Amino acid sequence: MTIKVWLENAIQDAERRRLTALKPLLEALARAASSLRMADWNGDATGEHDEPPIADAR
Amino acid sequence: MPAEPRTITEVARALRAREITAEAVTERCLQQIADRNPSINAFITVLADQALGQARTADRELAAGRDRGLLHGIPVSLKDIFDVTGTATTAASRVREGHVARRDATSVARLREAGAVFVGKTNLHEFALGTTNEDSAYGPVRHPLDPGRSPGGSSGGSAASVLAGMACASMGTDTGGSIRIPSAACGLVGLKPAYGEIPTEGVVPLSTTMDHVGPLCRSVEDAAIVYDVLRSDAGVKTAAPRAAPRDARGMRVGLLRGYFTALLDPQVASSFEAACERLRSAGVTLDEVAIPHANETAAIYVHIALAEAAVYHAKTLESRPDDYTMNVRLRLEMGRYIIAEDYVRALRGRDVLVREVDAALVGYDALLLPAMAVPATRLGADTVRVGGSEEPVRNITLRLTQLFNVTGHPAISVPCEKTLDGLPVGAQLVATRTPGLLDVARALEPYLGPGT
Repeated sequence: MTIKVWLENAIQDAERRRLTALKPLLEALARAASSLRMADWNGDATGEHDEPPIADAR
Repeated sequence: MPAEPRTITEVARALRAREITAEAVTERCLQQIADRNPSINAFITVLADQALGQARTADRELAAGRDRGLLHGIPVSLKDIFDVTGTATTAASRVREGHVARRDATSVARLREAGAVFVGKTNLHEFALGTTNEDSAYGPVRHPLDPGRSPGGSSGGSAASVLAGMACASMGTDTGGSIRIPSAACGLVGLKPAYGEIPTEGVVPLSTTMDHVGPLCRSVEDAAIVYDVLRSDAGVKTAAPRAAPRDARGMRVGLLRGYFTALLDPQVASSFEAACERLRSAGVTLDEVAIPHANETAAIYVHIALAEAAVYHAKTLESRPDDYTMNVRLRLEMGRYIIAEDYVRALRGRDVLVREVDAALVGYDALLLPAMAVPATRLGADTVRVGGSEEPVRNITLRLTQLFNVTGHPAISVPCEKTLDGLPVGAQLVATRTPGLLDVARALEPYLGPGT
């Protein structure tokens, strides 16, 4: 599910439950989820990103 | 006339020198509670009769030569999230109305066996889900130095109780910074031991893979005394003073900058930099190190913490939604919308952060960073100005602590110099293992700040 569709569904559900104050929190959660989906530690089925990033703290 | 003993170390020495009794120390704490709790609201339940009974027992035992160790006869407060046999564990929520604990939490049982005196159960942010203590069924906790400010949270009542002299130490929990944040805001030492080291059995959970139990104290030495009791299921019997601290000279510390110092209140930054300079002057080597994915911490944290919290609260969110404070209810509801795919991404991100913190620690005794980016925030404020921007209070207070809940590394907040307004500031040290962290923190404590 894309973040956009997920967010639309979530807001709709929150409104149905009369929790409209959840909207800004769900929008913040959507931003966090987008950040996770774009992170460079994610592998994908092409196999090109299977190795997790190696930490170099220096 | 010598100053009134206030730290565990000072009181323990005075008890054994027969200069004071546990009963007198406990009475002093109870008097402070009577005088100041009406305005600070640090306690939900005061256990006066039980505490005096425990104190008298401690005095009798010590007089008879039965010494349970350095916590024997020491007044301690407990965040009202720890089970204590026969008392309510409210978690600062109406959801827990009518609850009475059938047995002590494991950590409480260990403190009891060590002779600690429980003066009461302290106020907190409802279910420990927040950093200000404003969302509590029992009303907000007020900062002992400024009633218009929060003492930080979620263990805010614990911090306020120690700062106001209502207890010599307090037990808190830390899922995103809830020991270290109020410790920094109140000028105390707050220890989050390594994940899994201290049992959480009998403690109301928030996020089971990030919940930690630990003490809020007036010194690193005091934190080490409580930690020794908490980690031992066999009790700590020695009352001998601890060995002298290691020499700071020659220690190597990894200084975290970038994400960790990019968003700091100017006075916090100034206090932290002054502490770094004192460390250098004392012969400590400070090298800059980085956590490359630090800016992903909040996204990882929220997906794990709220998903886990939602599991525990799902039933009561359906059956008793109005018994939660609205802000806490909304955050718990937020967790119910997290989808598995993103939760698993957060778990992978956690693995990355664990490796990065481990890598940053290679060759260093500890990592150093500020504990909280801003001083104690004003009650009622949703945002706080940091440099040129308005930042949400929740985000800015969690910003520097939650990484080490995600990774499980032990971390401790130690006081630095106060701001010009007299508000406390905390530095944070992080290491691989808790005993090593405490050794480093004891050595560096005199250089980080003036103490409490």
